[in-house]
Amino acid sequence: MRKIIKDKKIIDDSWVVLTEAQDPLPSGKLIVSVALWQSHKEQLLSHSDEIGVLLEPENEPAEIADDLAQFSLIAINFPKFADGRGYSSARELRTRHHYNKEIRAVGDVLRDQIYLMARCGFNAFAVREDRCINDALNAFNDFSVNYQADAVEQRPLYQTR
Amino acid sequence: MYVYSEYDQKIIEERVAQYRGQTERFLAGELSEDEFLVLRLQNGLYVQRHAPMLRIAIPHGMFNSQQMRKFAELSRTYDKGYAHFTTRQNLQLNWPKLEQVPNILEELASVQMHAIQTSGNCIRNTTSDQYAGVAKDEIVDPRPYCEIIRQWSTFHPEFALLGRKFKIAVSGSKQDRAAVQVHDVGLYLTHNAAGELGFKVYVGGGLGRTPVVAPLINEYVAERDILSYLEAVLRVYNRNGRRDNKYKARIKILVRAMTPEVFAAKVEKEWAELKDGPMTLPQQEIDRVKACFQPPAYEQLEEHNEAFLGKYETDNAFKIWVNQNVVTHKVPGYSIVNISLKNTSRAPGDVSAEDMDIIADLADQYSFSELRSTHAQNLVLADVKQSQLYELWQTLKSHQFATPNIGLLTDMICCPGGDFCALANAKSIPIAEQIQRRFDNLDYLHDLGEIELNISGCMNACGHHHVGNIGVLGVDKKGSEFYQISIGGSSKEDATIGKILGPSFDEDEVADVVEKIINVYVEQRTEGERFIDTTRRIGIDPFKERVYAKNN
Repeated sequence: MRKIIKDKKIIDDSWVVLTEAQDPLPSGKLIVSVALWQSHKEQLLSHSDEIGVLLEPENEPAEIADDLAQFSLIAINFPKFADGRGYSSARELRTRHHYNKEIRAVGDVLRDQIYLMARCGFNAFAVREDRCINDALNAFNDFSVNYQADAVEQRPLYQTR
Repeated sequence: MYVYSEYDQKIIEERVAQYRGQTERFLAGELSEDEFLVLRLQNGLYVQRHAPMLRIAIPHGMFNSQQMRKFAELSRTYDKGYAHFTTRQNLQLNWPKLEQVPNILEELASVQMHAIQTSGNCIRNTTSDQYAGVAKDEIVDPRPYCEIIRQWSTFHPEFALLGRKFKIAVSGSKQDRAAVQVHDVGLYLTHNAAGELGFKVYVGGGLGRTPVVAPLINEYVAERDILSYLEAVLRVYNRNGRRDNKYKARIKILVRAMTPEVFAAKVEKEWAELKDGPMTLPQQEIDRVKACFQPPAYEQLEEHNEAFLGKYETDNAFKIWVNQNVVTHKVPGYSIVNISLKNTSRAPGDVSAEDMDIIADLADQYSFSELRSTHAQNLVLADVKQSQLYELWQTLKSHQFATPNIGLLTDMICCPGGDFCALANAKSIPIAEQIQRRFDNLDYLHDLGEIELNISGCMNACGHHHVGNIGVLGVDKKGSEFYQISIGGSSKEDATIGKILGPSFDEDEVADVVEKIINVYVEQRTEGERFIDTTRRIGIDPFKERVYAKNN
């Protein structure tokens, strides 16, 4: 089973990505795209297990804002390491929409993004499978001080020092 | 100048450790070239034509003699004994070894310096007016705000991987010496009708392939709200800026596509959620940072020093230097002294390690140990007693730092060009030298007056050719280097993009063409009219006719 980092621990990942519509749905916890969610909402709502949604960089959190209560997980895809749109998506989900369940970074996710991703509200990381997930855990200790407010610490340094 | 708190120091030290780890993983093959590229660029490390290049940040262009000596030491130990000051007030080492960069960063951290976000698609060094705090025309000292913006933008968790680079400049004086309107965000300090301090906000300026003078996006943002407003601007850009084409990824393209009005409305909407929240700057924080920019211990001096006036009246060379390179200070008896890095003996903006040590000594001796780097790639001693100007001038002269050409035709802005840069289409330093040599008659240069000539070796426009009164752009035509000439640009408060005269010229024709342009100006100018004003009055046609005459 694939390992991921969640809440700073390495765990087994039990979610399955459903890439196209199926009837009946496969069993287990399913992650679907925004498009699939929107086109098969009723079927997915009747699923016996938990549902998660996958945001691509171009998906705005506003597109799923009304349905957030239905999702146990929001995965945000990073097709490329250097595409930073997902950072804003996570931050918006946490600070504007107050989504408080799992936000998971998937795709081209390396140790080097994790520190800032965590500050934007990601709490789970599907580190690229060819990289050492144990090493990636060290990223949380990259810095001990931050200047800005973020999704975790609501006050910037100048409000706390 | 700003002195690091324990937090600032901790952050740069932790960054050194983080970058050391990244370098080690790259060398061990655990990070690919492409992955490491993104990471090293976030730390100012390019791989150039011959070697890596490391860009060191000089926040708002201020540094001290200790830091200058460290630059000298680093350029001796890790480089070839010289370094280059850039148009964004930073310093570049041209030949460091990739594996030694973590050590260089560690040395820099020991003197409160770093290379954080000096390249890459992130928020870059915030630049400002080299005369900040001492200029007579200053409304408010911009440096504390630059520092506040530096801290906000350093490792901002949301904006580390933008669509493209993002540059901010701040000016607090009537005259704009920071090219504010050709930045991604340009800020002018201003007062509202009630006399409260805030910022006029321009968004979406820039040079490169698509030169744009930034539109005004907000007439007034109060000082306490500036960070939440910037955050809103950046969020709109990060979510909506193009990512499919790097030449269309700057915020200027987004603002233009949306229209400034729609962009401003989108920012306003985003801002509504952030305004008055925890990002609001407490007065206490503004005051804390301002306290770091208190004026040095000036003496009470006469407005005019007798000994100085005596020398000024009797030594003509000194008088010419004072008129050109020395600027009136807001404190009586003090002067602002420009150290010209523009003469035929050096590439524009280049300084040797020996010269760095000499300049550091001069800063200690004459200017409270402080230095500034300028947008035009010169250095400044900002607080020199009038009574010491003559002595300082003699020393500067003996080291070829006293060419009296600040603001004149030979005070060229020039990128490193094809001699160093892997992006360049053409060389720029030899062009600068060619023009330097052609216009070596000082009396003539002074008669021509204020002319800004800027040279870039490619479309990326690091030499700001678009906003030069005369702009020279290196282009590649079938493998040969040619030069396109534009006139009428300005980077100041009347920011304008220059107009291209026509087909490009051969490398050895550039000085001739510049001379023809200058001749048209001399023939056409009215009494006391500056070059830029003549070009605005008569348009480009008379210049065009002259430079292409032989082809007819």
